[in-house]
Amino acid sequence: MNSPSYADRDTVALLLHREVEAFLFNEAALLDAWQLDEWLALFTDDARYLVPSTDTPDGDPHQALSLIDDDLARLRGRVERLNSRHAHREFPWSRTRRLITNVRVTEVVDAEIHVAASFLVYRIRAGHVDPLIGRYEYILRRVESALKIAHRKAVLDLEALRPHGTVSIIL
Amino acid sequence: MELANLIHEDGVKGIFRVHRSAFTAPEIADLERRTIFDHCWLYLGHESEVAKPGDFRRRTVAGRPLFWIRGSDGKVRAFHNTCTHWGANVCRVDAGNAETFQCFYHAWTFDNQGALISVPDEAAYAPGFDKKELSLVSPARLENYRGLYFISFNPRIVDLASYLGGAKEYLDLILDQSEAGWELVPGTQKYGVRANWKMFSLNSLDSYHVKPLHATFFKYTQSLGPGDPQPPLPDFPGADGRSLALGNGHGVDIFAARDRARPIANWHPILGAETKDEIRAIRSNLVMRFGEERAYLMCNTNRLMLIYPNFALHDIAGISLRYFEPSGRDSMDVTVQTLAPKHESAALRSRRLENFVSFLGPGGFAHPDDLEAMESAQTGFSAGGPEWIDASRGMRRIATALDENHVRSFWRQWLADLSRTSAATETSHAIEPTTR
Repeated sequence: MNSPSYADRDTVALLLHREVEAFLFNEAALLDAWQLDEWLALFTDDARYLVPSTDTPDGDPHQALSLIDDDLARLRGRVERLNSRHAHREFPWSRTRRLITNVRVTEVVDAEIHVAASFLVYRIRAGHVDPLIGRYEYILRRVESALKIAHRKAVLDLEALRPHGTVSIIL
Repeated sequence: MELANLIHEDGVKGIFRVHRSAFTAPEIADLERRTIFDHCWLYLGHESEVAKPGDFRRRTVAGRPLFWIRGSDGKVRAFHNTCTHWGANVCRVDAGNAETFQCFYHAWTFDNQGALISVPDEAAYAPGFDKKELSLVSPARLENYRGLYFISFNPRIVDLASYLGGAKEYLDLILDQSEAGWELVPGTQKYGVRANWKMFSLNSLDSYHVKPLHATFFKYTQSLGPGDPQPPLPDFPGADGRSLALGNGHGVDIFAARDRARPIANWHPILGAETKDEIRAIRSNLVMRFGEERAYLMCNTNRLMLIYPNFALHDIAGISLRYFEPSGRDSMDVTVQTLAPKHESAALRSRRLENFVSFLGPGGFAHPDDLEAMESAQTGFSAGGPEWIDASRGMRRIATALDENHVRSFWRQWLADLSRTSAATETSHAIEPTTR
């Protein structure tokens, strides 16, 4: 068989890009609808969910204080908490709307797809509309035929969580 | 309302109430600025932030932009961050190392000890123009206690050690835990809260809320299994813990840390199996250095400290430094950092931070609900109806950790400060007896 033509390679890249975008948009829809159990099922067992502190956006969570540093067990605990009616910051749940744009596949290494995207997440609650602005770094892993999240990092562009106070929603 | 009537205290009936205008009245917020924030010692930073000559950090303290720096002469100074020419900020990044600061506006240049060393086209000035009169200006006072630097805008305040008073004993109990000394960990949690700043002071001391408000956190930690077995419970702080007033408005809440993870040094599964031996060895070493009684207090109790008015030091899941200040009468800015022992193993440092973030951070399993409670209270204060908040708990007994003895001492100092007619008057003392 001949090696794929440039046109074929472009088609493969385009299809992957569309697949990744559809995955992120679907994830955002699950989060906006607070379907957190379905959202949790998107993660691999060794996954990590990170939100660095605003002054150390590239900080290593093993060496720098972050805002969120969850392995899957803690992520499961986070979801359980948010579903429990006793996460008072999010009971009743806030309304959220996630705008995910500028999606780029930055690297493909074997079964792992590195993705960058920009986000603008609005949290609306108790008379306030608070925008959270930043970028995502994902590592998506193909497990059998489906994409799973192995690494999900939300890096805030904000200089401080002000006036929001917290990252009480999934960012 | 007369200032003196802002607090209603009846020692016989055991009633202590504070008028809600303390959280809402603009004139009280103005008075606090003058009588508290322009008067008290205020936390600035930790010595490790300016370890080397030239190291500097930018900070806002009580709304005033400052920066602080270790000069080439090795001495630590703080400066108002404003050029002595036309006022622009001379330090325009959060941190770094510099020998000089050149104002970007007209290029006046200062050395890292504050002296004005160069003015472009200096010949244009008359002979009476003296650069020595135009050095950067320092806040009135700068002192440190064991590496914790404080400033005061009040030149006549008592020295820092006297101001800290009884709080020194508990600072020592924390700082003695690391023989190698402490370093500030990179990464700062900065956030706003839509509540009066005093809600943070009160919440920082209060253990009464912990069980009802933070049930989800304890559900999570309990699901991980039990922590290390505890030594026999000593009389102090006892099974119920203690709420102590430490003088000058400072306070501490101290209680046994059963099933609560402490990197120094009380192992719990949240700290990971790989750190178990190391944490136990740290405890043994502290027993050797300080004896079992003091090692117990260091390792097997938690403490929530408030250095009056706005610096909370929590020694619970790690050492957290939280300082906060009003950004309006019903809003505040909060900064949280953490100290860790120098030369700590990479594994323990990693687990320390994970544990800290899971509970204490604005993205953790507990602290977001503190903010919700503070903001909800602030909203409640505008509801009308009740005129007072109540802080009577444990008033006529030896106060347990769930009682509000320290909270009352905060309020008494607050009222004494507000009632001071001149900022020149020294801090007064009004505390409940706190016999151990």
